[in-house]
Amino acid sequence: MDLTRRKILALGTFAAASLAGVPVFASLTDDAIATLTGGAPLGEGAVTIIAPEIAENGNTVPVEVEAPGAVSVTLYADGNPTPNVATFKFGPLSASHSAATRIRLATTQNVVAVAEMADGSFQIAKANVKVTIGGCGG
Amino acid sequence: MASGVKPRVKVPKKAAAGETITIKTLISHKMESGQRKDGDGNVIPRSIINRFTAEFNGQSVIDVAIEPAISTNPYFQFDAVVPETGAFTFKWYDDDGDIYESVKKVTVA
Repeated sequence: MDLTRRKILALGTFAAASLAGVPVFASLTDDAIATLTGGAPLGEGAVTIIAPEIAENGNTVPVEVEAPGAVSVTLYADGNPTPNVATFKFGPLSASHSAATRIRLATTQNVVAVAEMADGSFQIAKANVKVTIGGCGG
Repeated sequence: MASGVKPRVKVPKKAAAGETITIKTLISHKMESGQRKDGDGNVIPRSIINRFTAEFNGQSVIDVAIEPAISTNPYFQFDAVVPETGAFTFKWYDDDGDIYESVKKVTVA
């Protein structure tokens, strides 16, 4: 097969298009969520995630989750080298099933909260955070 | 033991029975993520607190599994119901096996 200039260009375009379709970090997070839920469908609405729209310092980004009726909430950051952030398990004396903490974000990305409800179903919430200075020390 | 680890917890001293109180905790810890490199390009090994628990009279309030993405000096704020007079026990589990503990008493009037 003789590769003409036209063929090479066509190949290059195809390769670029297929790469763009698979964001590396997002799939890591999707994998982590699939492991947690076992492929169960994700509902929306019961979980609220409160995060700043713009975080100047990625080393400490305040994040709050509220999930009434949830047994546990797992936080993911889909642009971090490892997407897992923390898992909160609420005990019988937890009042509002909410928690606030401070997390590290490497770059501008989505923070994802997946809550396991008392009936075994799963709920998801996302918040986009723009990060000015990344927090993973490069 | 990691140096300079000091837990700080803010819990109201008094509460009404069944009242919801807000608890704020902070522990000074460097939370080395295992992602950073030193001046020679060697990876600095991970050293974090990997678990935090809060209990009231032996009943769980919250149990947090912590990954390296939690910031230096990990801070947690959450709510708890106080059914009776008793004590909150807070525990932080370090990667190196240490457990840091803090106990706060609450009196129900």
